[in-house]
Amino acid sequence: MLLIKCPWCGYRDQSEFSAQGEAHIERPENPHDLDEEQWGDYLFFRKNPKGVHYERWVHVHGCRRWFNVIRNTATDHIHATYRPGDPIPALSDEETDQPA
Amino acid sequence: MKKQINRLEHDARLNRRKSIRFWFDNRVYEGYEGDTLASALLANGVHLVGRSFKYHRPRGIYTAGSEEPNALVQLEEKAYTEPNRRATEVEIYEGLIAHSQNCWPSCRLDFGIVNSWFSRILPAGFYYKTFMWPASFWMTYEKYIRKAAGLGRSPTEPDPHFYDKTHAHCDVLVIGGGPAGIQAAIASGQTGCRVILADEKSEFGGMLLSENILINGIPCHEWIESRIAKLKAMSNVVLLNRTTVTGYYDYNFLVANQRVSEHLGPRISVNSPKERLWKIRAKQVVMATGAIERPLVFADNDRPGIMLAGAIRTYINRYSTLPGKNCVVLTNNDSAYHAALDIADEDGQVSIIDIRTSPSGAMVDSAVSRGIRILANSTITGVGYSRGQLRYLEVMELSENGLEVVGKKQKLPCDLVGISGGWNPTIHLFSQSRGKLRFDETHHCFLADQPSQNNPVILAGSCQATWFSKECMEEGHAAGCKAARRAGFNADQEFDGVKTGQLEYSPQRPLWVLPTSHPIGQGKTRHFHELHNDATIGDIHLAVREGYESVEHLKRYTTTGMGTDQGKTSNLNALTALSEIRNLSVPDLGVTTFRPPYTPLTMGSIVGHDCGELFVQKRKTPMHPWHDQAHAVYEDVGDWKRPRYFSLGNETMHAAVQRECRQVRQTGGLLDASTLGKIDLQGKDTRWLLNMLYTNAWDKLEIGRCRYGLMLNEHGMIFDDGVTTRIGENHYHMTTTTGGAARVMNWIEEWLQTEWPNLEVYATSVTEQWAVASLSGPKAAEVLRELTDIPLDEESFPFMSMRNGQVADIPARVFRISFTGELSYEINVPARYGLALWEQLMETGRKFDICPYGTESMHVLRAEKGFIIVGQDTDGTVTPMDLGMDWIVSRKKQDFLGKRSFDRTDTSRPGRKQLVGLLTEDPEFVLPEGAHVVSELKSSPPMDMLGHITSSYRSPNAGRSIAMALLKDGFNRKGQTLNVPIMNGTSQRVTVTDPVFLTGND
Repeated sequence: MLLIKCPWCGYRDQSEFSAQGEAHIERPENPHDLDEEQWGDYLFFRKNPKGVHYERWVHVHGCRRWFNVIRNTATDHIHATYRPGDPIPALSDEETDQPA
Repeated sequence: MKKQINRLEHDARLNRRKSIRFWFDNRVYEGYEGDTLASALLANGVHLVGRSFKYHRPRGIYTAGSEEPNALVQLEEKAYTEPNRRATEVEIYEGLIAHSQNCWPSCRLDFGIVNSWFSRILPAGFYYKTFMWPASFWMTYEKYIRKAAGLGRSPTEPDPHFYDKTHAHCDVLVIGGGPAGIQAAIASGQTGCRVILADEKSEFGGMLLSENILINGIPCHEWIESRIAKLKAMSNVVLLNRTTVTGYYDYNFLVANQRVSEHLGPRISVNSPKERLWKIRAKQVVMATGAIERPLVFADNDRPGIMLAGAIRTYINRYSTLPGKNCVVLTNNDSAYHAALDIADEDGQVSIIDIRTSPSGAMVDSAVSRGIRILANSTITGVGYSRGQLRYLEVMELSENGLEVVGKKQKLPCDLVGISGGWNPTIHLFSQSRGKLRFDETHHCFLADQPSQNNPVILAGSCQATWFSKECMEEGHAAGCKAARRAGFNADQEFDGVKTGQLEYSPQRPLWVLPTSHPIGQGKTRHFHELHNDATIGDIHLAVREGYESVEHLKRYTTTGMGTDQGKTSNLNALTALSEIRNLSVPDLGVTTFRPPYTPLTMGSIVGHDCGELFVQKRKTPMHPWHDQAHAVYEDVGDWKRPRYFSLGNETMHAAVQRECRQVRQTGGLLDASTLGKIDLQGKDTRWLLNMLYTNAWDKLEIGRCRYGLMLNEHGMIFDDGVTTRIGENHYHMTTTTGGAARVMNWIEEWLQTEWPNLEVYATSVTEQWAVASLSGPKAAEVLRELTDIPLDEESFPFMSMRNGQVADIPARVFRISFTGELSYEINVPARYGLALWEQLMETGRKFDICPYGTESMHVLRAEKGFIIVGQDTDGTVTPMDLGMDWIVSRKKQDFLGKRSFDRTDTSRPGRKQLVGLLTEDPEFVLPEGAHVVSELKSSPPMDMLGHITSSYRSPNAGRSIAMALLKDGFNRKGQTLNVPIMNGTSQRVTVTDPVFLTGND
C-alpha cells in the first residue's frame, strides 16, 4: 500500500485516497471551437506510460482536497506531490529516465 | 496409552510437569506443554501421519517448521475444524483432536493407494492431456476430479471464533526472532525508538532453540531468556511471538498474522480472538528471517522417517525427542554433522553418508573423534519401509561425476534419516518487497541483491547466508543500529560481543539429485523433489521432453511449488534439476516471483470483524423506529435501509404495493424521503456553477422557487437528476438521487478545486442533517393545513416553490414538488425532529385515511406518470434527448458540462436507443425488467435485439401492467407491435407507446 503525502495533511495510507487519472488536462475554454478529434482527445485519450506519470489524486477519506502526484508506474515510486496550481516540481534526469 | 518411547531425559523447552492428552486418528497420546503435534507424535514413535496428494503414498513429518510439505492434518472437528494445518506448527493442548488427510478408510490402510499402482498412467499433466476432449464433457469430468482433488475438508458450519485486526506504526520492525533478530531489536530498542519484533514460532530464539551450544559460557537457551527479558523491560518494544509476517507491500507496509489464542484450544479461545491481523507501517524494516534447509533428492526419499537433518536437531534440543534409534545422516555439507553429533550426545546410533568424495575438516574430525562411522562418496539408492516404519537403507558408492552409482550395494538397518543439501536463505519477503535477487555460486542459493527504492530493507543473519550464531548476532546488532539511525535516532552503541565456540565449514558438494541403480524416472523407485504435490524429477524430465521448458511452464505442468507450502523446500531443487537437464545455469533459467502470503492465512483472519452484522454499515433514517413498528420490509439503497413497502397483516408485497399505490391517488400517502442526497450551496458564484452543472438555465430562478435539473458528464450522458431550490440571494439547496449523493458531491468538489478554483462557492453535504417526509395525494393540503401556519393556497404556495414555516411546531422547509404526479409537499426538518414530524403527520393523516408507502410504490407511482429514475431507466449511455427531454436542454446557454458532446457523431445520430412505453397484449402480464425486445421472434437466439425493458410494474391506477424500455429508434416505433421473449421460452407481444400512463395533477 502506497504512502502518499497529501500536500495539506502529510503522509497518509493509500486507503484514504482515490486515484483520478492523468493530471494537467485543462477543460477547453470554448468546447464548441474544437473539432471532433480535439474534443475526442479531451474526452477519451489518456497517457499510459511505463515510467513517470503525472496524475491526480483526491484525499477522499481525509481533507477531500485534490492534488497532483508524480508517480513511476513501473516501480510505484512517488517522486513528488503538489497542490493544484503550484508549479510542477522538476525531476532530475536520473529520475525521469527511471525504468521500466 | 503408549509410553513416549522417543522422549529424552532432558527437559529442553518443554514443561515436563504438565502432560497433555490429545487424539490423533482416534488414538489417544500424551505429550507435554511446549510440544507441537509433530514433536509429540514423534515422541510417541508415530512417523506415518498422512497420505500424499496424488499417489496416496504414506508420508511422515519432514521438517520442524512452517516449511512442512507433508504433515498436514485436519485439526479439530465440526465447526472448529480446519484443513491442511501443519503438524509442525500446531501446539498441543488438552483434548486436541487431529486426523490425517487424504486417506480412506484410514491412514494405514488407504484405498487411494491404487493411484500409486497406476502411477504409470498418472504422469505430470495427466489431467490436461486426458480431459481436454471433447470440451463439452468437461462438466462430467469435473465432478469426479473435484471429488479426488484437495487434501482436507472445509468446515460446513459457521466459525464460532472471532478474529481481530489492528493497525500499528513503528520506527523499526524486526522480522524474525532468532539470534540476529533479537540482537537487532535490542540495538534499535536501546535508542528509544518504537520497535516491533515478530516471530512465527511460539518462542523467540529461532535456530538457537534447536542448538545446545554455549554463549558467553552459558547454555544458549538461557542466553535467549536473558535477552528476551531485556527486551521485555523496554516499554518501547512490542514482542509478537506466534506472529507470521506474511506480506511485504510498498513503502514498508507489512501484514502479519498473530495466532492469539489457538494454542489454548478452540473451546477456551472462543472468548478471545483466535487470530489478529496486524497491518504495520514501519519506518525501517530489518529482515532476520533465517534460512530453510534444502533437501537431497534420492530414490524413495518420501518415506516416513526421512526428514531434514536440522529438524532432527530441533526435535532433540527443543522438544526433547529423538525420533529414531538407528539413525543415518545423508549430507552434501558440514552443517548436518551437528545433527549426527547431537544424536550421538543422546546415545543414539548414528552413521553419516557423505556424498562428498573425501570429506575433511573440523566437523569431520569431531565426528570421527566421537566414533561416528562416515561413508564418504556414497549415497542412498533405496529405502526399505513397511508398516509405518523405516526398516533399512540401500547404500552404494557414487561415480566420479556423481551421476551414477558404482560398486556393491550394502544394506544398512535404519529407522531415521536426516538429510541436508545446505541451506536456503528465506528471502520470500525480500522478493515480495520487489527487491532483486541474485544467485550466489558459493552458497548455491538465491540471495538478496538490490532492495527496491520504496522498501530499503536491511538484512541480517542467515537470510543472507551468514551461518554461525556469533556472526548473526553481530550483523543483527549492526542492522538494528542502522535502522534506528535511518529512523532518526542516535545509535552509536558498540556491540558488547558474544563468545561461542569457533566453527568452520568445508565446502559442500553441489549435488542434490542423487542417482540410483537405474536411470531416474525409470524403475520402481521415485525421486520426489516436491512432496506436497507429489512431483518427481521424472516429471521434470517428462515436462522438458514435451516442451514445457521454461520455469513458468514447468511449474504449472508438474505443479511444483504450487502446494500450500509454496515450494519452500522444493523450488530450488526443481530449478537445479531443470538446469541440469537443459544444460543451463540456474540464474539463466530465472526464478519465479515470490508472492504473499508467506504462509497461508485463514479467511477468518482476512475478514476480521467485517462479517455478519458488521459486514457493511447500515444507514437508517430518523424515522426508522417507526418503520420497524409498522412492519416495514426494507430495501437496500446504497447503504440506506429504505422501507420498500408496509405489510398489513399477511399481505404479500404485490398486494401491499397495489394498495399503497391506489391509496396515494385516492387520499394520500407518506414517504420517508430522508435518504435523498442534499447539498447546501452558498457563495456568489453558485448560480454560475449551477448553469454549468445542469442542462437548463438558472439565471431567472427567483428566491423561494424550485427547478428540476439533469446533470450530465462531459460525454453528454445523464448521471444524476434532482430539484434545486433557491433559498436566498446566493444560497441554494440541491437534491440528488439517494444513490448518487456522494458522486454528485465529489463531482462538484472536483470542478471547484481543479478547474474553477476562483469561484466562490461553498458546497456542503447536508443529507443527514435534514429528515424529509413526502406527503402526497389529493388530501395532502388538508392534512398539512392542520399542522402548519404556512398558507397553502395555490397563489401563495404554487407548484415548484419552497416556504419556511412551522410544521407540527417544528421549524421546517416545505417544498411543493412532486414525484408521484399528485399534489405533494416534501417537508424537511432538522434530522433530530424527523421521527416527531413523521408521527404527527401519520396521526393527523389517519383522519384523512392516508397511508405510509415505500419505495416500491414510489417506483410504480412515478412510472405511471412517466418520470424516470436515473440509474434504472438510464445507464450512462443515455442523453436527455434519448429520453425525449429536449425541453430541459437550454438552447441559449453557451456552455454546460456535456453540451459539446451532443454534437459528437454518435450522440447526434438518428436511431439511438430511446425511452418509450410498452403495453403488453395481455394486460395482466408484467414483463421482467431487463428482458430484451425483438422485432421478429425466432426459435433460438440470436435475434435482432432492439433494446431492453428498464421498468415494469402492475399499475393499479392504470388497471393493467405498464413498462418502459430503451429501444433503438424508439420514438419512430410508437404504435408498432414487437415481441419480448421470456426466459421460460414463452413470449409476449407488446405495443410501443408514450412512456406516460396516467395524466393530470401536479
